[in-house]
Amino acid sequence: MSAPTRTGRPAPRQREVIRSDPGRPRSLLLRRPGAPLTASQREDLHGRVLVSPTVIVVLAFAVLPFCAVALFAFLDVRLVDIPRLYIDELTFTTANMTAVWTSERFWSAALTTAIYAVSAAVGAVAVGLAVALALRAPFRGRAVIRALVLTPYILPVVAATTIWKTLLHPTYGPVNAFGVQWLGWDEPIAFLTTSSADVGPFSVPVALMCVIAFEIWKTFPLAFLFITARLQVAPKDLEEAAAIDGAGKTRTFIHIVLPQLIGVMALLAVLRLLWSFQNFNDIYLLTGGAGGTEVLAVRVYSELIVRADIGSASATGLLMTGMLLVVVAVYAWMLRRERV
Amino acid sequence: MSPPRRNPTGNRTYPIGSARASREDRVLAAARWAVIAAAVAVTAGPLLYGVLLSLKPFAAAAADPLDLFPTPGEATFEAYPTAILEFGLGRNMLTSLQVALATAFLAVACSILGAYAAVRLRFFGRSTVNVVFLGVYLLPGIVLAVPLFVLLNRISLTGTLIGLVLVYIAQTVPVALYMLRGYLQAIPSSVEEAAMIDGCGRLALIRRVVLPMALPGVAATALYVFMIAWNEYLFALLFLVGDRERWTVSLGIAQLTEFSVPTTVLMAGSIAITIPVVAGFLLAQRLLVTGLTAGAEKG
Repeated sequence: MSAPTRTGRPAPRQREVIRSDPGRPRSLLLRRPGAPLTASQREDLHGRVLVSPTVIVVLAFAVLPFCAVALFAFLDVRLVDIPRLYIDELTFTTANMTAVWTSERFWSAALTTAIYAVSAAVGAVAVGLAVALALRAPFRGRAVIRALVLTPYILPVVAATTIWKTLLHPTYGPVNAFGVQWLGWDEPIAFLTTSSADVGPFSVPVALMCVIAFEIWKTFPLAFLFITARLQVAPKDLEEAAAIDGAGKTRTFIHIVLPQLIGVMALLAVLRLLWSFQNFNDIYLLTGGAGGTEVLAVRVYSELIVRADIGSASATGLLMTGMLLVVVAVYAWMLRRERV
Repeated sequence: MSPPRRNPTGNRTYPIGSARASREDRVLAAARWAVIAAAVAVTAGPLLYGVLLSLKPFAAAAADPLDLFPTPGEATFEAYPTAILEFGLGRNMLTSLQVALATAFLAVACSILGAYAAVRLRFFGRSTVNVVFLGVYLLPGIVLAVPLFVLLNRISLTGTLIGLVLVYIAQTVPVALYMLRGYLQAIPSSVEEAAMIDGCGRLALIRRVVLPMALPGVAATALYVFMIAWNEYLFALLFLVGDRERWTVSLGIAQLTEFSVPTTVLMAGSIAITIPVVAGFLLAQRLLVTGLTAGAEKG
């Protein structure tokens, strides 16, 4: 270990040596009392002190609450019991978990959530890819269009849902007015409350499709951003070589561009899947869970607020997190298999 | 039309300029412009509709939903003062401004220390900390909302803005840390080493050397956190719904839709709360985009 210099700070050359040392920094606890800190011990100390505010906030307001969910899921506790809830007087029960697990409504919400999350994730990545490719070659005004395309992502969700609700409104929404006047609809469609409508031989879940469309609209800009960033670092010479060899644009895309984008697209799809799976705001604000759009997040909310049943809300939330973990585990497993 | 020839791999290829290639190019070019036009219409359309509707008198808006453009004679800004003064949106905006500013300042202050440590220092538990932050980022907000609601109820922080700010900090710190880490990595460490040789302590180093050099990135991160806090709905709904005095903008608009408020006023309110966010985003767009997509190039 290097000795500190006279000013108590390491010389730069020694610092470099310490950095490249692959060993773990020595613990502060192993230090002789009173001995001056070595450079690496000081680095260790500073590192821990500097991350501590962040760690404390995250522990207190994210990790600890999650542990509490796991606890509440096994307690028979309602909102009114909270002032009289003491750590040493808890009685555990599996009643919540059994009730949720055997509830038909929970599984139908889980299915809705899965359909919603998968369609929204795939849709967002597909639309993001199409727009990123369309805006790849420069043209006048591209910067403006790029900025414009990003707006749905940064819009306050409440403003966006308010505008969409007005657009789709049965009586004063322009979409319905247009449909009745020009497309020959018999009557206006209540887009956000109709659980299914027959279009020819198919039964279409109208409201669910609307909330999926909204989610794709709101999140494809993120996919567009990441795919664009990846496209910018894709080497051009490979594509040029393919073009000289006579490969058409579609072929060049499938064999040269797409393989480079697959990694980022898979990551995006998984991230979007995880986020859409837990989405509450958009669905609650658009439909309130009506019309066959009751997802797990909305169920947790209604268990908590409407029924004031903390145990049941926690059990639903815990099972929901478990499902998310399965997705993460599958993705991690696929990544690992790819690498081997 | 020249006949397809076979290249050594056995695939059929077409010489440049052949009829097949140019037909493909024409189709793709048409598809490209169709995608661009559709993207612009779909992204800008709803926003434009909101703006136009907010400028119409309510009677005209209700009479014909398809008559989108207000005539020059009937265009009016009346709905804006109605939303802001009469329906309390002004007060909501003031609350949201306080909450979002406090969140942005505290979250960035915390994360810049953390990001510096993560980029420059080797310390015990560094990788564990990274994993925990990633995990927090993926935990469902609605699940955390249950115990946070209970906890804040218990220590009677529901209905106060402090509780909301603390929750927002925890929710935004992971993404702020991720963005700042990207910006800090782009700064050469040699300057910091020079400052340390000159006898600069760690905190002074961060304040006097790292912060000024990373300032654009720090500003972009603060703006992003501000936007998240300004737009947030779920926790505001859970913690503040009973206390009208402390509603944030999201809650204010969402609650207005429950009453029979004229659509034009609703639109004016929605546009009013959108303007600060969109303006800030357009100002810092380039920086925000590089910060958000820092990891994408490798993927």
